[in-house]
Amino acid sequence: MSIELSTRYLGLSLKTPLVASASPVTGDLEALARLSEAGIGAVVLPSLFEEQIEHDELQLARLRDYGAEGFAEAPGGYFPELDDYNVGPDAYLRNLERAVQALSIPVIASLNGTSAGGWVKYATSMQQAGAAAIELNVYHVATDPDADAAAVEHRYLELVRAVRSEVTVPLAVKIHPYFSSLPNMAKRLAQAGAEGLVLFNRFMQPDIDLANLRVAPHVELSTSVELRLPLRWIAILKGRVDVSFAATTGVHDAADVLKLLLAGADVTMMASALLKRGVEHPRAVLAELTSWMELNEYASVEELKGSLSQINAPNPEQFERSQYMRALVTYASPRLG
Amino acid sequence: MHSQRLSVPARVIVDGNEAAARIAYLTSEVIAIYPITPASPMGESADMWSDAGKRNIWDSVPQVIEMQSEGGAAGAVHGSLQAGALTTTFTASQGLLLMIPNMFKIAGELTPTVFHVAARTLATHALSIFGDHSDVMAARSTGWAMLASASVQEAQDLALVAQMATLASRVPFLHFFDGFRTSHELNTIEQLAQDDVRALIDDRLVHAHRERALNPARPVLRGSAQNPDVFFQAREAANRYYDAVPAIVQTAMDQLASRVGRSYRIFDFSGAPDAERVLVAMGSSLGAIEEAVEALCQRGEKVGLLKVRLYRPFDGRALVSALPPTTRSIAVLDRTKEPGSVGEPLYQDVVTALMQGWGDVHGGSALPRVIGGRYGLASKEFTPAMAKRVLDELAAAHPKNRFTIGIVDDVTGTSLKYDREFSTEPSDVTRAVFYGLGSDGTVGANKNSAKIIAENTPLNAQGYFVYDSRKAGATTVSHLRFGPRPIRSTYLIGSASFVACHQFNFLDRMNVLEYAAPGGTLLLNSPYPAAEVWNHIPPQVRRSIVDKRLRLFVIDGDRVARDAGLAGRINTIMQTCFFQLSQVLPPEQAIDQIKRAIEKTYERRGAAIVNRNFAAVEATLAALKEVPLTTAGAGDEPDRAAFTLPATAPDFVSRVTGLMIAGKGELLPVSALPVDGTFPTATAKYEKRSIAREIPIWDADVCTQCGLCAIVCPHAAIRTKAYPAAALASAPASFTARDWRGKELPAGTKLTVQVAPDDCTGCGVCVEVCPARKKEVARHKAINMEPKLLHLDRERANFDFFLELPAIERSAVEHDQVRTSMLLEPLFEYSGACAGCGETPYLKLLTQLFGDRMLVANATGCSSIYGGNLPTTPWSTNAAGRGPAWSNSLFEDNAEFGLGMRLALDQQRALALELLAKLTSDLGETVVRGLVDAAQRDEVQRSGQFERVERLKATLAGIDKPEARQLLAVADALVDRSVWIIGGDGWAYDIGFGGLDHVLATGRNVNILVLDTEVYSNTGGQASKATPRAAVAKFASGGKPIGKKDLGMIAIAYGNVYVAQIAIGAQPKQTIRALLEAEAYPGPSLIIAYSSCIAHGIEMSNSMAIQKKAVQAGYWPLFRFVPNLEGLEDGHAHPFHLDSRKPSMPFKDYALEQARFSVLTRSKPAHAQELFALAQRDIDERWRYYEQLAGIERSVPHSEQGEP
Repeated sequence: MSIELSTRYLGLSLKTPLVASASPVTGDLEALARLSEAGIGAVVLPSLFEEQIEHDELQLARLRDYGAEGFAEAPGGYFPELDDYNVGPDAYLRNLERAVQALSIPVIASLNGTSAGGWVKYATSMQQAGAAAIELNVYHVATDPDADAAAVEHRYLELVRAVRSEVTVPLAVKIHPYFSSLPNMAKRLAQAGAEGLVLFNRFMQPDIDLANLRVAPHVELSTSVELRLPLRWIAILKGRVDVSFAATTGVHDAADVLKLLLAGADVTMMASALLKRGVEHPRAVLAELTSWMELNEYASVEELKGSLSQINAPNPEQFERSQYMRALVTYASPRLG
Repeated sequence: MHSQRLSVPARVIVDGNEAAARIAYLTSEVIAIYPITPASPMGESADMWSDAGKRNIWDSVPQVIEMQSEGGAAGAVHGSLQAGALTTTFTASQGLLLMIPNMFKIAGELTPTVFHVAARTLATHALSIFGDHSDVMAARSTGWAMLASASVQEAQDLALVAQMATLASRVPFLHFFDGFRTSHELNTIEQLAQDDVRALIDDRLVHAHRERALNPARPVLRGSAQNPDVFFQAREAANRYYDAVPAIVQTAMDQLASRVGRSYRIFDFSGAPDAERVLVAMGSSLGAIEEAVEALCQRGEKVGLLKVRLYRPFDGRALVSALPPTTRSIAVLDRTKEPGSVGEPLYQDVVTALMQGWGDVHGGSALPRVIGGRYGLASKEFTPAMAKRVLDELAAAHPKNRFTIGIVDDVTGTSLKYDREFSTEPSDVTRAVFYGLGSDGTVGANKNSAKIIAENTPLNAQGYFVYDSRKAGATTVSHLRFGPRPIRSTYLIGSASFVACHQFNFLDRMNVLEYAAPGGTLLLNSPYPAAEVWNHIPPQVRRSIVDKRLRLFVIDGDRVARDAGLAGRINTIMQTCFFQLSQVLPPEQAIDQIKRAIEKTYERRGAAIVNRNFAAVEATLAALKEVPLTTAGAGDEPDRAAFTLPATAPDFVSRVTGLMIAGKGELLPVSALPVDGTFPTATAKYEKRSIAREIPIWDADVCTQCGLCAIVCPHAAIRTKAYPAAALASAPASFTARDWRGKELPAGTKLTVQVAPDDCTGCGVCVEVCPARKKEVARHKAINMEPKLLHLDRERANFDFFLELPAIERSAVEHDQVRTSMLLEPLFEYSGACAGCGETPYLKLLTQLFGDRMLVANATGCSSIYGGNLPTTPWSTNAAGRGPAWSNSLFEDNAEFGLGMRLALDQQRALALELLAKLTSDLGETVVRGLVDAAQRDEVQRSGQFERVERLKATLAGIDKPEARQLLAVADALVDRSVWIIGGDGWAYDIGFGGLDHVLATGRNVNILVLDTEVYSNTGGQASKATPRAAVAKFASGGKPIGKKDLGMIAIAYGNVYVAQIAIGAQPKQTIRALLEAEAYPGPSLIIAYSSCIAHGIEMSNSMAIQKKAVQAGYWPLFRFVPNLEGLEDGHAHPFHLDSRKPSMPFKDYALEQARFSVLTRSKPAHAQELFALAQRDIDERWRYYEQLAGIERSVPHSEQGEP
């Protein structure tokens, strides 16, 4: 029996439901080519951070100007003027162009902005550079006690609307899970023009450096355990909000992929697994996925997708509160026995 | 040979360096360079163009190579010429002197080349970076033709004339123009198009040059040794070539004129055709003289100016022919001084020419009377008023010969007193003066303004910029002129219709209205709104504003800048105000052009900075307000004293230094100044510049008394003292003290960490290194930066009291610990080095350890500038008046200079010992033995010997014997001196390496400290052989492709040299240990000290953390090589000690924090990756090598003298 692994995501046809999400791996052209050979259905390039671009430009200008025009012996400053500092999005866009040219699979650009103008400007440039779709990586940590939930949500929606009005390629929005009503937010994002939701963004969790008593940035690779969060929410949203779903966080092996597809994901995204196991890893995952489907007589990914979503599950209540009760009881019973 | 001129001449605004360098580049194939002020920008431009692939007129990209010295550059040029390439170089001052040996050869071999010189003062009683002709005059005898340009336009045009003429004549040309006045003056010129240059260079002559080159196809011998039989004749054989030069130059000038319409003559006369009184001069003074001559001619005076352009070969007949036959008297102005001569060189040449040719040319008329005089040494201002005065002198019955003009010589009476009010400034020229800080971008904005006006209006523009000699908090004054005709006013503006003061506090410090013309405009960057500002302006300034009827405008430029996200950078804001108020362009057009200039300047560095500047410009006009003037309160109160010296200041400081500090050094007469360049030390403390906005404030309760803040302070502005509690009796209430923690000092000892609030630059290094944190608030340390104004009065009182506290007895504490060494008094304080300088902490520490017995030989460079640039010096003295004795010889000879000091001391000691032996019967055996056998290893022993010598001197005074008098003169040599040879990497790795190597090889007891910033810092960041692989620097803009020279290992190879590599921010204790060991070592010592620098592109407050990383990454391993000498108490079987740990961090984590490395990852990412990988391999390999070295055993044979 031949197994059809293709899927549709953001209106794009992907040869497999495995997508390489934004990570250092997808910043390397050679790695991208190998991922494509290993069966990846699409790639998301690392995020272009508007804040980073601006910071770099200002730092560069400041350091270049430092000490310049102050001393008679060094009126021109302490650095040679170079032809090209490659500040701004140019390097990113060039990389994007090269990836688009080199790969036969869709190349999705990822954008993290700070200003409405920045989002629109860079998204437009990404479209021009050939991005098949744009993933808006909305990374906002609300710290202002005076900004209420509505205001924060409004920010997201305005952003999606603004970008939607300027670009024609599909838009995905990568969000975090901490909305009071995630389904409502998902629906409004779809109305604002998002074709897909990427669930979920993991905020960088700062750590404390005990040796130096400072706050230290910390990045930890995900584990399969973490996929439960996107799994639940994709299952709940599937069929209720009409967008594509990408599951990201905790996708490590074929079992993870299967679970998320069953819950309703259109694609599953990998980052930590690629960092840990290398760019050949998708080959093994896809082989295992295929053999499971063969064994369980699924002919296509489309057939799998959402078959265990909340709407379709035989025990939908498990996706809600009762799930916790059940888990507790199951966990406690051996000791009781 | 001339093709039709097709291109329309471009009007551009450039400085003299760029104008000359462009022609040199277009007409050269090989360019060998070495940085020296004020010529460095020529080499930098050439290097940048070559790097960018810009082509010369033969459509090839010239090779540009940086050499290790000007001597090396001249040698490389000589070789390149011999091999047939068109070759050039750029230099000035001492650099030209280093080229002289090769210049004789190049001329002797009749080799065409042009050297472009930004003429600069030669170092004599002092170094000066400024302009005069003493360097080019020192090259007179080399046999080079010498062509002088007087303006930026000429710097371009005559650069080409020189190139044309050298090819035609085969005589090499030295093309020169005045340093700074022309080299750094922006002026509107008509640019020669590339096809003009192409058309005027005759390729047949180029081919002839190639034909003469060394070539195995037609081998020749050149550079032979000759004997008495033929040398003389051979030397005369070239005469015809020299005879032909004047005509060749004139022909080249004529060819240029026929192509582009600007005509020059080798001697040009201007003024009344029937002039009776004539000035003769060359260089930039011609502009000022010509203005004076024209003004006087308009009054009907019969005066003229003879401009000298071709100075060598000197065509006396042409000079005489250029003079009107009516000439009765001549004054020759020389911008150089030849002590002991009958007159300066141009004067002598003119006199000789007149004697030889006047009769032949002008027949019956009487030989004019000739006087000569000096002006303008080291860029001393030379104005039309001075020119007029000299012309007036010619009308006197007995005009003064060998006069000076522009100074007051009250010693030998040479000076002419002149009328400062005489002005020739035309009324149709707009003049504007701007006062700014180096860091606020004022000069950059004014350069842009001049360009905007020159390029967008029919007006010509001129910009000249005056910098002060301090690096931290440097002030700048910009002089801008705009007018309908070419601007040749080669002097500072004396009367400005527009004055801008970009820093409000300058009103207190300097007379910013000195140049303000009545009825003019004053623009103030003011933190106070228009309604309030008047009362904040000092009374004397208010009075001036009212008296001069100035219109006053204010803007809070800092706020506008802050709001736009450009903290501190007020340049484009103030520039917008200038255009609005001057109306030199319609306002909309001006703003449009400012924005274009912003785009041009910043576009490459990204949209963010462009947009923020746009936002600042757009917000400016709304914030600019006029202050309506009332005469009420127009300065009724007494003046606010800008600067006062304490009553305790020594006489010299009060009379001389004080005036210089106040910016009035111009007023000092000759008699006020030392005859031999000798100045007192300990003067920086009188210059309270108070430039910090924030200063460190001590929280004694958090402090652990580690001493790190004091050891890293680059300005000795944070200090620690331990003293008996009783000393606190008269302390101000705000003075803080805590019990000394530790058992080294008696119970009851107190400690204070004190900031010098007016001397601190606010660099923040101390706060960054402070390891102590308040338990409750992690960000609060034991010292914290706080706004100065909140603490100033209190901390001033505290610091005054702190200074009165007794210094600790030097023998009371161990010197090898950070916290205790910091209790020793620093004798290097408050330098004008950059805020956060990485060099000065080492110097301060040296003086704490050895200051009372140090001799310092200091190489030219940053350390000689912040160490010895007047008005003051940071080298200081202790309460007994003892302290480091300091001298700077040159850049290239510092090791030898220091060795000479050692030789003299050793010789005097040997003489003293001999004399002691001879005087044993007078002095007594015990006294003599005591002096001869005294050990001087520690403080107690040293002070014992010091006291013995003092007693000896007292005894000797009473012995009436020649030997006693002799011994009295050399007795001080019986006390050990510590000779320190100090300089930067440019000196040690490059220009002075040969000497340094030789000094190491002598085995003599000298201590060499290399303050390694890994780049030529003082001249603006050019690569040296200490520059690491992958770092971007000038002359290495693509990232330095080769690794840093391992100077330490080269020295270690000798076996008997103490060598250490240190980084004070990484392991301060190892730094102290190395300095102590080096000083105690009886042979040569070399210490290489990691010195953070603004040229690294780092946050300077963070410099010590970066030093830590340098060590962690293995980029800067710490080591000590202690030669294994028999008889040393502390003999080591394994002399090489690796003091740092195995690298624990990748190179890139260290490098990416620094713009010098990280910028390459942006500009050339692939190349950066490659160089970074190689740099990592350098580190890995070096570490492997060092680890092996740590295991080797090595000893050095004992020499007979006991010297290693």
